[in-house]
Amino acid sequence: MAQFLRTNKPFSARTADPHARGAQAVPREKGGRREWLTGYLFISPWIIGFVIFTLGPFLASLVLSFTEWDLIGSPQFIGGENYIQLVQDQYFWQSLKVTSIYALGRVPLGIIVGIATALLLNQRIKFRGLWRTIYYMPVVLPPVAVSMLWMWIFNPQFGIINSVLWTAFGIQGPAWLLDENWVLPSLMTMAVWGMLGRNMIIYLSGLQGIAPEMYEAAEIDGANSWHKFFSITVPMLTPIIFFNLVMGMMDSFKLFTQAYVMTQGGPRYASLFYVYYLYQHAFQRFHMGYASAMAWVFFLILMAFTVLVFRSSKTWVYYESTFGKAG
Amino acid sequence: MYSRKSLRALPPQRPHKLKLSAILGKAIIYLLVVGIALVLLVPFAWTITTALKTPQQTLRIPMEWIPNPVVWQNFVTAWTVKPFAIYYRNSLLIAALNIIGQILSCSLVAYGFSRLRFPGRDVLFLVVLGTMMIPFQILIIPRFILFKNLGWLDSLLPLIVPQFFAGAFNIFLLRQYFMTIPTELDDAAKIDGCNHFDIFWRIILPLSKPALGALMVFEFLGSWDDFLGPLIYISKDSNYTVALGLNAFRNDFFMEWNIFMAAAAVAMILPLAVFFIAQEYFIGGIALTGSGGVKG
Repeated sequence: MAQFLRTNKPFSARTADPHARGAQAVPREKGGRREWLTGYLFISPWIIGFVIFTLGPFLASLVLSFTEWDLIGSPQFIGGENYIQLVQDQYFWQSLKVTSIYALGRVPLGIIVGIATALLLNQRIKFRGLWRTIYYMPVVLPPVAVSMLWMWIFNPQFGIINSVLWTAFGIQGPAWLLDENWVLPSLMTMAVWGMLGRNMIIYLSGLQGIAPEMYEAAEIDGANSWHKFFSITVPMLTPIIFFNLVMGMMDSFKLFTQAYVMTQGGPRYASLFYVYYLYQHAFQRFHMGYASAMAWVFFLILMAFTVLVFRSSKTWVYYESTFGKAG
Repeated sequence: MYSRKSLRALPPQRPHKLKLSAILGKAIIYLLVVGIALVLLVPFAWTITTALKTPQQTLRIPMEWIPNPVVWQNFVTAWTVKPFAIYYRNSLLIAALNIIGQILSCSLVAYGFSRLRFPGRDVLFLVVLGTMMIPFQILIIPRFILFKNLGWLDSLLPLIVPQFFAGAFNIFLLRQYFMTIPTELDDAAKIDGCNHFDIFWRIILPLSKPALGALMVFEFLGSWDDFLGPLIYISKDSNYTVALGLNAFRNDFFMEWNIFMAAAAVAMILPLAVFFIAQEYFIGGIALTGSGGVKG
């Protein structure tokens, strides 16, 4: 196949060549219409799925958000009542606060650790493949299993962290997941462990896309490593940082499994994540209308955030023509 | 190219002044690399040793690394005390059908978007990209109601059927890859009398193995890791996935950390094995898309 590919390369103007048969040779409209049909046929799985599983539910949840419904009987229209209640719901604000603090901690932490490890593995070192494999391993683990594992790691008496703190330093460590002040930092630590490998690979590919000439030119101008890092490496990585920022925020806002398995929102609502709170309303108390309103507020917050980041990106994200967006 | 060579040919500026600090720098780098690797590996080691301990030994202070005696029985207990074989079967079935469904539907759709011309194509593709911005969380309630009305609740169907209707991310991934395959191949095939389905089946798909491989591994992980979906749709024990089974474990064996960790290890083994076997697809796939593809 590769051979075939190579022999055909010189004819790259062929697309415009009128002697090619098929769609182009047939009178335009007829062939075009045939191609239209084929085109729609090819994309029909997406169109059907989009209407049934995305567009329909999307609109339905908007309608539901103006109703009261506990799955029994039919939904009662109550206007904007759910949204008014939402604004007055202190746990709604608590869940927004918890989720935002978590995101604001975890995302920058993930970016910094990701860049640092990528820089490290970008050095000339032996067994780079091995290190990359080890660093990536946590990424593939199922979140429920990881949550169970970290519950054990964070166990106040017998977990590895407090055990080591006590034996080696004589310090009584905090109760981690059971301590209001430590529960979010604990979850952030666990998240950084889990995603370091993925972020590292992304930044590594970014670093390898930076032309060595840039560094060489900077060296001639007398730049030291510090200058080179902040004037070349960081600006060249901004498209990836941007990508990481958006995806990281989304992931943080969608956090559910850890809250459900590890903390159930506790202690004292200190880890009441937004989606977990939504889940409680929808599937434990069956407040379908209220939960739908929550879902729409969630959607609007994510949209607003994304628009904000995209707007701001023009001022700090550097796109070089040869260096496309994140991969 | 010329300028690069001439730059390279410049004499090194500070030849041996840096020797000691260079060695020191290397040492620090290796120390950090190994240190991070250890920090990342400790939780794995902690899982395994706990899973092999007696309940008494898990609660010993100071903690001990080496299980004594080694209790392999814990794995047997974890596997049999809950019907893990059934959970595994369900998860494998879902994963296999998810992969088949996504590969079939997404590659067809991606072919349509990358190779065919029809009105509204670009707008529709923008819609595809737009749906990636719609969080799954906003759709769960109506989907739950939909599946309830279809009578699909408490079956595996809600976890399988939607996967046959092309996910946006995978469409995007494959479309980008298909765009890199030269259209001269299509034209040559057309001259040989191939229609679009032939081109798709005989040329594009065989040439897209790296992208399809990445899609397969990400789809496997995505379905294996999914928790919210099964949690909402499934309540019967015999329909549990591995993730749900593990969660049930948490409720029933809360203080028995050795059994607990053995069960966690049982759930981790398969994704780790897939990762080791198909590593190149993971790494390549990330470079391809700039993301892990794993559902958060």
